[in-house]
Amino acid sequence: MSGIDRRDWLRAAIAGVALVGARSLAAQATGAAAGAQAGSPQQPDSQAAGAQSAGDAAAEQGPTLGGRGDVGTLADPDAVGRPRDRVLPMDNDAAIRELELGLKCPCPCGLDIYTCRTTDFTCTYSPEAHKQVLAYAADGKSADEIRAAFVAQYGERALMAPVAKGFNLAGYLVPGIAVLTAGAVLTWVLTRRNQVAAVAGNGGAGVGAARMTAAARESNAGVAASAGSPGAGAAAPSVDATPEELEALRRALADDDA
Amino acid sequence: MTLLGTFSLWVALLLSVWGAAFAFAGTWKTRPELARTITRSTYAIFACLFVAALSLWKGLASHDMNIEYVAAYTSRNLPGYYTFSAFWAGQKGSLLFWGFVLSIFAALAQLLTPRRHADLLPYVAGVTSTVTGFFVLTMIAAANPFDRLPYTPVDGRGLNPQLQNIFMIIHPPMLYLGYISVTIPFAFAIAALLQGRLDTGWIHAIRKWTITSWLFLSIGITLGMWWAYVELGWGGFWAWDPVENASFLPWCTMTAFLHSVMIQEKRGMLKRWNVGLVVGTFLLSIFGTFITRSGVIQSVHSFTQSNVGYFFLAFLVVAGILTYTLLYVRWPRLEPEVPLESMVSREAAFLFNNLILVGIAFSVLWGTLFPILSEWVRGTKITVGVPFFNRVNAPLGLFLLALTGIGPLIAWRKASLANLQRQFTFPVIAGLAVLGGLLAAGMREFYALMSFTFAAFTLGTIIQEYARGTRARMRMHGESLPLALGRLVSRNRRRYGGYLVHVGVLIYFIAFAGQAFVVQQEATLKPGESVKLRSAYGQTYTFTHVGISQFKQLNRRVTAATVKLERDGQPDGVITSEKRQHFTTDASGQEVPSFEPSTEVGIRSSLKQDIYVVFAGAVRGPDGLPTEEATYRFNINPLVAWLWLGGLILVTGGVITRWPGAGATALASERRGEGGYRVAIAEGAA
Repeated sequence: MSGIDRRDWLRAAIAGVALVGARSLAAQATGAAAGAQAGSPQQPDSQAAGAQSAGDAAAEQGPTLGGRGDVGTLADPDAVGRPRDRVLPMDNDAAIRELELGLKCPCPCGLDIYTCRTTDFTCTYSPEAHKQVLAYAADGKSADEIRAAFVAQYGERALMAPVAKGFNLAGYLVPGIAVLTAGAVLTWVLTRRNQVAAVAGNGGAGVGAARMTAAARESNAGVAASAGSPGAGAAAPSVDATPEELEALRRALADDDA
Repeated sequence: MTLLGTFSLWVALLLSVWGAAFAFAGTWKTRPELARTITRSTYAIFACLFVAALSLWKGLASHDMNIEYVAAYTSRNLPGYYTFSAFWAGQKGSLLFWGFVLSIFAALAQLLTPRRHADLLPYVAGVTSTVTGFFVLTMIAAANPFDRLPYTPVDGRGLNPQLQNIFMIIHPPMLYLGYISVTIPFAFAIAALLQGRLDTGWIHAIRKWTITSWLFLSIGITLGMWWAYVELGWGGFWAWDPVENASFLPWCTMTAFLHSVMIQEKRGMLKRWNVGLVVGTFLLSIFGTFITRSGVIQSVHSFTQSNVGYFFLAFLVVAGILTYTLLYVRWPRLEPEVPLESMVSREAAFLFNNLILVGIAFSVLWGTLFPILSEWVRGTKITVGVPFFNRVNAPLGLFLLALTGIGPLIAWRKASLANLQRQFTFPVIAGLAVLGGLLAAGMREFYALMSFTFAAFTLGTIIQEYARGTRARMRMHGESLPLALGRLVSRNRRRYGGYLVHVGVLIYFIAFAGQAFVVQQEATLKPGESVKLRSAYGQTYTFTHVGISQFKQLNRRVTAATVKLERDGQPDGVITSEKRQHFTTDASGQEVPSFEPSTEVGIRSSLKQDIYVVFAGAVRGPDGLPTEEATYRFNINPLVAWLWLGGLILVTGGVITRWPGAGATALASERRGEGGYRVAIAEGAA
C-alpha cells in the first residue's frame, strides 16, 4: 500500500468504472439490436412473456458465448438448402397463424399454409402465400376478407375445410345423422325383437340365455327339414342348439376322444 | 435374377389360378386328394414368391442398377439396412412384398388351423390364392419389379431422405402385415359362407388371426405417427391425410369386430354383423391400397401414379359385389339365437361401441371421399383437411372413450339398478375428481377437459375390475397380491389383456388432449442470441443459438444447428437439428445432390412435454449465401410421449390377449362354443 498514493487509487477507480460502464452499454446495444429481430411486439398472450429479446437475455445472464456481431458464410452453402429470410414479428402473430391454419397451401402437399411454410422448407408456394396473407393484413383486411380473397383466387379448395353451407353441409352432417339414425334403428329393431320374443313366450329376463326367438326357431326348423331331421316342422327341440351346432359338438367330442 | 424372379411370378400366378379354380368348383368335396392338393398349392405359391422376393433382394444388395426398381430407390452409398428396406419403398417392390407376405400367411393358415376346421381349408386356400393371384397379376401386367432399363446407370437415384429413418424400416412392414393378414379372417368368413357352416367354428378358427391383424395394424399406425412426428417436422403426428385415414379405416372395423365377436360367442347374436365386419375390413384394406396407389386422392404418402389403381378398383368392385351377394344368400341362416334382453346390458354397450367405431370409420371415409363427391355433384374442387376431421370426429371419439369405460361395467343380459350403482360409483367419482381438479387449475379447453375426464373414468373402471378380480383370487385361493394378479391375467388373458388395451387407448386420448396446449414460435437468431417460450406448465425455456457446424456423414452432407436450452434459468443441455443433403455419384465420380435437403428435428422428450426444435434454414447474407444466422421453429408439445407409452401398453395388452394357449377359461368357452351351446349367465353377473 505504501507504493500507491491517493491519486493512483483515484485514477484506477475512474478507469474501472468507465470500463464497466462501457461494457454494460455495449452489451445493451448488442442486445437491443438482436432484440429488434428476435422479439416480437405482437406475440400471442401465451408467449408474450416468453419471447424476450436477446438483449434482455444478455442483460439477465451476461455474455456466455462468443461469435456476436456479423456472422460468417457457411463453408458448404449448397448443403443447407435455400437461404431463408429473417423471421418478422408478424410471422409469429397468433391471428395470422390461426388464419393460415385454415388456408391450404397452393402446392400439392395437402397441408395448410402455416404448417407447410414451417415444415416443408423446400416449398416455394407457402412462403409466397404467407406474404400474400401478410400483405392483405397490412391492407387492413379482416380474416374473413382474406379468406374470401384466397377463395376468389384459388377457388373453394383454398380452404382447409369447406364452408358449412349448401351441399357442403352434407359433408358435416351426414356422418352424425348416419350414426344417430343407425343408433335409433338399432334400438328400435332390438327393442321390437325383444317384444316379439316376449310375446312368443321365449324371451324375457330370467328365462335363460340360450332361448331362441321365433324367427330363429323357424330358421332352424327349415334347416332341420332340409337335413331330414325328425324335428322338422315340429316344436323346437329341447336342446338349445341348431343341428349344425350339434354336429359340431359331436365332432369336437370326437376330436377330444381321439 | 430378374429372369428367375419374373418366372417365379408367372408360376405363382398359374398356381393361384389353379388353386382358386378347383377350390371354388367344389369337386374336392368328393375327392379328398384334390382337397389336399388345393391346400398344398398355397405352399407352392409361397415357395415361388419367396424366390421372387429373394431375387429382388439380391438385385438390391448387389446394386444391379440395370433393374429399374433398384436404380429408382437405391444408390451405391445407401446404408445396407436402408437398401434392404428399399424392397417396400416403391410401388412395385411393395406389391411384391404384399404378395410374398400374403403367401406366408396363406401357408400358415393351412399349417396352423386345427384339423376340426379342415372342411373350410380348401375354400380358405381358394380365397387366399385368388387374392395372391390378383397381386401377382397386377405386378406382371402393370408393375413388374424386375423390369430392366435399356441402359445401366452408374448409380441409382437413392432413397427418399424421409424414408431414411429407422421407423420406415419397420412402420410400412407392420402396416402391410396388418393389411395383409386381414385376408385370412376374410378367407375363413367366405369359406364359412360357401360351406354353409355358420356356427361359431369359423369365429374360433380366426380368433388368433383377427387379434394378430389388429396388433399389426395398431403397431403400424402408431409407428407411422412416430415417424411423422420425428421425421416430417411439423410437430404433430396425425394430419388426417387420406393415406393415414386409409390405415385407420380397417383398424376401426377390426376393433369393432373384436368386440362384437364376443357377443356372438357368448350369446349367439350379431352373426350377420360379424361376417359383414370381417368382409368390410378386408375391402377397406384393399380400398386403402387403392387410395395409396391410384393417385385418385391427393396425398403426401402416395406412390407414383400408375395404372395399378384401375386393377385395385376393379378388384374392389368385384370382391365387394361377390362377397356381399354371398352374404345376402346366406342371410337367413345367420339369424341371432337369442334376443337382446335389455338396452342396459353389456351386449347393448358393445353394440353401441360397434356403432361408434363403424360411425367413425364411416365419417373418416366420408371425409376422405367428399372432395371427389363434391367435384362430381357440383363440379367444384374442395379441400377436406384437419379442421373438418377434428370437428366431425372429436365428439365421436369422446363418446367412444366413454363407452370404453361403460361397457365392462354393465352386466351381461340385463343390468339391475343395484348393479349399476355398485359398478359406476368409483369410476364416476374418479372422472369427476379429475374434472374438478382441472377446472380448479384453470383448464378451460372443452375437448381436453372431456378427454381427461373420460380417461380418468375409464381408468377407474379398469382399476376396479383388476382390483376386484385380484381380491377375489386372494380370498378364494389364499394367494399373495402379485400371484393373484398374475394368475388373474394369465387365466383370463382375453379379458384382462383387453383391459390393458383399453388403458393404452385412454392414454392415446390423453396425448391427443395435450395437443390443445402446444406452444410454438419461429425465430431468427445469430450465435449467442436467445428466444424464450413459456410452456403450458408455466416454465420458461430459453433457447440460445450456439452455432452451425457442417460435416459429411454416410451418404449425406449435414448442416447441424445447435441451441443451448435453459429451463427457468437453469442449464438444460443442448438440442441439435439438422439439414441433410443426400448425394449420389455421377459418371465422373463427382458427388451430386440426390434430393432436396431434408430436415431432421431435434427432440428432448419427457413424459411431461417434448421440446421440439426445427432448424428451418440459414439466413441469407449480403452476398446471397447462407450464413451462420439461423431460423428455427421451437415447439413445446405437452404429453406427446404418452402416445408412444400408450402404444406400448396397447400392444402389450394385445400380445397378452393373443398369447398362445388361450388360458383355461377361454379354452373352455371355445369348446362350448364349438359344441353349439353357451353358458347360461347368472342374472346380474358382471
